[in-house]
Amino acid sequence: MNSDDKWLYEISSKHKLINFNFKEIWRYRDLILLFVKRDITTVYKQTILGPLWYLIQPLFTSVIFTLVFNNLGSISTGNIPPFLFNLAGITAWNYFTACLNGTSNTFRGNAGIFGKVYFPRVITPISVTISNLFKFGIQLIIFGVFYLYYVFSGADLGVTSNLFLFPVYVIMIALLGLGIGMTVSAMTTKYRDLTVLVGFATTLLMYISAVPYPLSEARKKLPEWVADIVAYNPVTQIIEGFRYMLLNTGTFSWLGFFYTLFICVSLFLIGLIIFNRTEKTFIDTV
Amino acid sequence: MSVILIAENISKQYRLGLVGTGTLAHDLNRFWHRIRGKEDPYLKVGALNVRNAKASSDYVWALQDINFEVQKGEVLGIIGRNGAGKSTLLKILSRVTSPTTGVIKTKGRIASLLEVGTGFHSELTGRENIYLNGAILGMTKSEISSKIDEIVAFSGCEMYIDTPVKRYSSGMTVRLAFAVAAHLEPDILIIDEVLAVGDVEFQKKAIGKVKEISKGEGRTVLFVSHDMNAISLLTDRVLVLKNGKVSFEGETDLAIKEYLKGESEEPNYHFDEQIDSPKIREIYIDTSLPNNIHEFGKKLKINFKVELPFGVDNLALSFQVIDEIQAPITHLWQIDSQFNVKREKGVYLFSCIVEKSRLYIGNYSLRVYLSDSKNKERFDFIDSACNFKIEMIKNKRDDYNWEPGSCKYIEDSKWVIEKI
Repeated sequence: MNSDDKWLYEISSKHKLINFNFKEIWRYRDLILLFVKRDITTVYKQTILGPLWYLIQPLFTSVIFTLVFNNLGSISTGNIPPFLFNLAGITAWNYFTACLNGTSNTFRGNAGIFGKVYFPRVITPISVTISNLFKFGIQLIIFGVFYLYYVFSGADLGVTSNLFLFPVYVIMIALLGLGIGMTVSAMTTKYRDLTVLVGFATTLLMYISAVPYPLSEARKKLPEWVADIVAYNPVTQIIEGFRYMLLNTGTFSWLGFFYTLFICVSLFLIGLIIFNRTEKTFIDTV
Repeated sequence: MSVILIAENISKQYRLGLVGTGTLAHDLNRFWHRIRGKEDPYLKVGALNVRNAKASSDYVWALQDINFEVQKGEVLGIIGRNGAGKSTLLKILSRVTSPTTGVIKTKGRIASLLEVGTGFHSELTGRENIYLNGAILGMTKSEISSKIDEIVAFSGCEMYIDTPVKRYSSGMTVRLAFAVAAHLEPDILIIDEVLAVGDVEFQKKAIGKVKEISKGEGRTVLFVSHDMNAISLLTDRVLVLKNGKVSFEGETDLAIKEYLKGESEEPNYHFDEQIDSPKIREIYIDTSLPNNIHEFGKKLKINFKVELPFGVDNLALSFQVIDEIQAPITHLWQIDSQFNVKREKGVYLFSCIVEKSRLYIGNYSLRVYLSDSKNKERFDFIDSACNFKIEMIKNKRDDYNWEPGSCKYIEDSKWVIEKI
């Protein structure tokens, strides 16, 4: 009886480089939806303002940024109202950090449940990214509201012809956040040092990612090598591109676009590989 | 019958001590061996998984060369002492962790009832949690929807089903969780000690459900328990694990005997360290059969070797015979002050002789006290020492078999019957 080829699956220590089993993930699609639902509904249970908190945080940050960087620090945002400029940057940046922070804690935060049941581990980062997409959507709506407000009060705003690339930018943010987040998550199972690092590194990263200022200002005012760091930082490219799509400000080049796309996809794949290597035995070391 | 699951040479190595210093060095060394195409250097080392032996290496084999097959529709029991590797094996089977070496091949989907209630979110209602928990365990939304009424009814939490789980009592949470898990429909179900939860009524329900799953629905079940009664009721075949290896595989009755024999391997009590106060050095029982098995009604002799590093005036030695549920059955003592004995420094052997032991079938152990009876100072206390077993061998009772648990001891009595 030759039945060896009929095995449903094997459990062994060997693993493929990338183990992204779409069929299995598809079978668990309901779990993704339920995780997303859980993440969204439980955060603000027993709060009065509820989902309004999603709006308050970016609005207040934008106000503070406008006061500090544009009024006090007199950073020029061209003919774009500084508040709108900051709001656009912060919306994109928030989605990035939410994905990064949410996924970087995947293994440690879920050790309890991962230690008892099997489901494709990659479901957790995927659902984090999707539930953050929901928050991002809400924040984008509030951006739209202010955008219309400024248009009606006479600001000179225009949308670029490249707006069709907007979804690609959103995907790039997600891939970058996921890629770095999954790497960090995998590393922290053994070496906890990274948790500490990620905490303050994201805050600092914001300042070299051109969130509160346009890249052109950085070129003008910062030493050249610092400006180069800012320019080659993929997050800068995403934020600049994002603002370019929505506000027609800053620079856009196809070279920069493909450079960023390449980096995002590579980091995502590296993250996925490391994540896959870790998921099988992390429970022994976490 | 066809084979649904095969485990081949499953081994699992764990690192002893803390993960920390040295981890990076070992990882780098491993990596260096791997890129040169050599074997992992740390796989060659590793001690046998003996919990109470002193660690001889930084690595330990929690499981070593486990091989077994499971037939479709079979209920396989897995038994073993604490730390024998049962949980590790289950973790590997349920894909929570992967084996260090070896491979498990399966033709069916495996779901486990390991410590139910994982993934419950305290802010969500009972109903929402049923969906979430069900999905975590691998059910689809429509599968859960079709069973939700059944699940709610089984849990007996109808009233609270739309209340957040954080308001539940711990018993209710467990009931709800078990209800979800019990309605899973995998090809292979792993059950680990979940029956020990809930009140008596729910336990009955749970055991019934497991029986129904295994016997009624013909599902393949791997059942892990310390409860020999449940094992003998539910399983067809049993795997006995000992120190990370399979020590016996076969029919349930034989396996349980094998396991219990292994259990009382070192039944006698020894204490070998330096002492500065009176201590019990040794306890051993002279039973009518070897291996601390004693026949009902035979002479039983219980010996205590006591060392006094100085003279004691009012020594009192006493012991209780304890049954399986830790209830004392009888208390016997020797108090020196009753006889006005003053003991000098030295080693004494105290032997308590029970001419006709009346303890009924079962497993018993001793709880021993050594004290000064006047100033109430306690020199030594030993619990659960000297496990021994009472059997009814060649002692037949007509028409009725001896049932374990029907009493604790049988009085010496006689019947007087007159027709009136």
